[in-house]
Amino acid sequence: MSAATPIQLNVNGANLTVTVQPMKRLLDVLREDLHLTGTKEGCGEGECGSCSVRMNGDLVNSCLVPVLQAASTNIETVEGLARDGILHPLQQAFLQCGGAQCGICTPGMLMAAKHLLAYNPHPTMAEIREGLAGNLCRCTGFMRIFESVLSAARSTTQETHAR
Amino acid sequence: MRGNAAEHELVAPGSLPAVLDLLAGAPGQWTPIAGGTELMVAFAAGRLTASKLVSLWGVEELRFFDTSPDKLIIGAGTTFSDLRSNPIVAADFPLLDKAASWIGSIANQTRATLGGNLVNGSPAADSSPALLVYDAEIELISVRGKRCIPYREFHTGYKQNAMTADELLYAVHLPRRFANHRQYLRKVGTRRAMAISKVALGATALLKDGAIERIRVAAASLAPFPARLGKTEAALLGHRLNPSLIETARNALLAEAQPIDDIRSNAQYRKSVGANLLEEFLRALLSESAAK
Repeated sequence: MSAATPIQLNVNGANLTVTVQPMKRLLDVLREDLHLTGTKEGCGEGECGSCSVRMNGDLVNSCLVPVLQAASTNIETVEGLARDGILHPLQQAFLQCGGAQCGICTPGMLMAAKHLLAYNPHPTMAEIREGLAGNLCRCTGFMRIFESVLSAARSTTQETHAR
Repeated sequence: MRGNAAEHELVAPGSLPAVLDLLAGAPGQWTPIAGGTELMVAFAAGRLTASKLVSLWGVEELRFFDTSPDKLIIGAGTTFSDLRSNPIVAADFPLLDKAASWIGSIANQTRATLGGNLVNGSPAADSSPALLVYDAEIELISVRGKRCIPYREFHTGYKQNAMTADELLYAVHLPRRFANHRQYLRKVGTRRAMAISKVALGATALLKDGAIERIRVAAASLAPFPARLGKTEAALLGHRLNPSLIETARNALLAEAQPIDDIRSNAQYRKSVGANLLEEFLRALLSESAAK
């Protein structure tokens, strides 16, 4: 048996301490302990990308991260994208281009797209396809998602993506 | 049945000596976990048998590149993202660079480590054929010290390896003498992204006066563990490269390969594709040497 342990995290800019079992998945800590249910569970085995978040600037599947390994890191989730009620340019582009249908893959798609644009503000279609290859969508057929990311990249400056 | 976090102890001693002390104090009791891309899948499915885990994530002594004129040493905790952004890997070991790009998705590559890929010991491991045809050496570490073994002697059976219970995989050594070799690596899976290999084949070769002076061939999923194909190599070494030799080499591979039937493919397909991949490499070599 393992005992619950206090673990510090910075989630979307806020310093927090959660007292949980060290093997608890970051995904479950976000959803159950912090009530940040934007991050979804799809496959639970790193194949579908629904649970994508950024950890210290790296894109990760939060279902594969034991929370102890996230201790003292900065975590970005989909809840951190919009600021003061204003959507992030990627969210705006997904809305305008029809990049979201049922919505379950959308938080992961947004985080993977944000990660891509953070390193490559003007990706080619091939680079977008690679950047989102770990995120599965069963509704859109992907084209509108790729167009959303292209549109966001065209319409915004690097500073916007850094936020 | 889902995994229960309360049933698994996880500790993060933080430094390499502290991890090694823990392993030495209770050999075989602790299971190292690096990026979790393998063990956390087992955990979520309720299949993780290890009850005590020690985290290697953030142990900086394991995440490094050490470059010298004749060698590149890669720490076992190096992620596949790290490999993809290293210029020496790209220039001297393009097959490893390519293999790193095949590991799952970006989110898997940021967490999956080179050491984890090897210790996990999947017959389909993406990095293995490249390391085998580059004559990689494996450096192991414990409180007793370090030792090096050829990578081709590391895997000893299905998911078995040459490590003792108190050892960690410390680093992979790559000799920088393959830049002038013809190099080949191809993976065949269900689709291009996110697929585990049905079969993969790597090779490095040197030709001299139309004959094969050096040849290394290695495969994933043609045996219970990733392995060099020594008999296939022997059928090629020293011989003049021509269509009849290519046929001989195909037959040698078909005789040497020991693939299995499983959910991803079957033995017959794996053998056929393995032989086709070898032929593709040798035909490219032949047309290149004919053009000279």
